[in-house]
Amino acid sequence: MRAKIMDRAATVILTLIAVLIIGTLVGLLGFILTQGWHKLNLDFLTSPPDIVKAGGGIGPQLFNSLYLLVLTMVIALPLGLGAGIYMAEYAPDNKFTQFIRMSIEVLSSLPSIVVGLFGLLVFVNMTGWGYTLFSGALALTVFNLPLLVRVTEDAIRNVPRSQKEASLALGITKWRTIVSVILPAALPGILTGTILASGRVFGEAAALLFTAGMSSPDLDFSQFSLSGPTSPLNPFRPAETLAVHIWKVNSEGLAPDARDVADGAAAVLIIAVLLFNLSARWFGAWIYKKMTSGAN
Amino acid sequence: MSVMTLEKTIIRARDVSVYYGEKRAVSNIHMDIERNSVTAFIGPSGCGKSTLLRSMNRMNDLVPSCRVTGSIEVDGTDINSADVNIEGLRQVIGMVFQRANPFFKSIYENIAFAPRFHGLTDKRKLDEVVEESLRKAALWDEVKDRLRESALSLSGGQQQRLCIARAIAMQPTILLLDEPASALDPISTMKIEELVMSLKEEYTIVIVTHNLHQAARISDKTAFFLMGELIEYNDTSKLFTTPENEKTEAYISGRFG
Ligand SMILES: Nc1ncnc2c1ncn2[C@@H]1O[C@H](COP(=O)(O)OP(=O)(O)OP(=O)(O)O)[C@@H](O)[C@H]1O
Ligand SMILES: [Mg+2]
Repeated sequence: MRAKIMDRAATVILTLIAVLIIGTLVGLLGFILTQGWHKLNLDFLTSPPDIVKAGGGIGPQLFNSLYLLVLTMVIALPLGLGAGIYMAEYAPDNKFTQFIRMSIEVLSSLPSIVVGLFGLLVFVNMTGWGYTLFSGALALTVFNLPLLVRVTEDAIRNVPRSQKEASLALGITKWRTIVSVILPAALPGILTGTILASGRVFGEAAALLFTAGMSSPDLDFSQFSLSGPTSPLNPFRPAETLAVHIWKVNSEGLAPDARDVADGAAAVLIIAVLLFNLSARWFGAWIYKKMTSGAN
Repeated sequence: MSVMTLEKTIIRARDVSVYYGEKRAVSNIHMDIERNSVTAFIGPSGCGKSTLLRSMNRMNDLVPSCRVTGSIEVDGTDINSADVNIEGLRQVIGMVFQRANPFFKSIYENIAFAPRFHGLTDKRKLDEVVEESLRKAALWDEVKDRLRESALSLSGGQQQRLCIARAIAMQPTILLLDEPASALDPISTMKIEELVMSLKEEYTIVIVTHNLHQAARISDKTAFFLMGELIEYNDTSKLFTTPENEKTEAYISGRFG
């Protein structure tokens, strides 16, 4: 009888908590989307911002955010995967490994503004690059590496040991076993972690203020060189991202429609993150299916 | 080497002990296993059957605390000597585990994966190997129309036969089977038993089993282990009818274990 009441109570409480969380989430999303909805048109998404007049857009910022995401992932993913594989499969169980593990923990608990200031010191000043996309990408790599390493390590450790044994017992080398048997099985986990990290990159502002900077040059979208000062693809130019733009417009915007612009940009940010999540999940499921059924 | 000159003994264990850390799981085993025969390992749980089996293809290398002393020779080569190529060794000595462990890949890919890795890239030859292995494992008729489906869609018994087919595809000379039928229903078990008996023409088979009837039905020789020691090793017919050791007799008559 008692157990039954306890069971009831637990169910009610847990349901309440779940409803509370989902309610908050839906409310927040709904609020941001309804506030920014009227701004969502092609003109807003593609035109450059206007500092003093009304009617500015967020084109360069949106592009910067996406490009920064790609740059960061190109740097962070191989490092995170490599380190995760090392920690799961190769690292001996000793003091040094424990030290690495502790460093990762510490790194993952750093506030992003601290990472930003570290980035300013190392990737902006010491390198002499100034505010650049690349500095921003490096700072975000520092920020996301712990997450990626841990997620990869966990995903690999969660692959049943019997999979590894099956492969090794067939005379397959350890490296090939990792690449062809373990990683595909760990992919869903790794992908979820990558999505999480991507969301953090896309929404991050504090770590970018002093690394990628708070301004963008006038981008010339007819240019595709990797070095021109106004070329969008040049990683060594300053770049204000969407999240940074929201923060800046909100705190020091001079245009009369600053509030509107911030609302619209926030809605775009949320939608982009949602879209990214969904497509990455779909893509992950597709890859998994592809890898788990015939390879050729 | 022609068949005529092959020695009758294929695996020769001399004074083999296996330790997990300080704990000794297998003690001073002397044992000759005959070519193209079925040898059964029996004994109560924890007596070291799996441990000894796994030291025959060096799967115990995966356990950091594990240490093997003494010598295990396969076709005259000490498998624990430093210059042995461990991948090569495991191609010669296939293994099937207690729980079916197909790769999270298609049925076809489960079998083709290893031969392709070892250099067989010709698509037609691979197809042949896949078909032949599945036929030998008595699985071909059941899966020939669904080779591209995930191996996880097979039943437990089919999965285990797939694992046997996967091992056969490497064309090993020895097959180590660790309780391959213990998690299966009687019909699947029977199929595996028939399979084992048909495979001994071509392979040397060592099988661990808890099922004494199974050992009696399918093996030529039986080894009885107790607490890490080899108590009795004899022709199966002899061991089950007139055991020499009283502990063996106690075990096979069901008085302990
Ligand atoms: N990885 C390991 N680490 C430490 N001890 C182990 C390990 N594997 C096995 N052992 C120990 O070694 C002894 C022999 O185990 P083993 O698995 O070889 O027994 P078994 O005869 O195969 O038993 P079962 O019939 O239950 O499979 C047991 O006492 C077991 O606890
Ligand atoms: Mg066992």
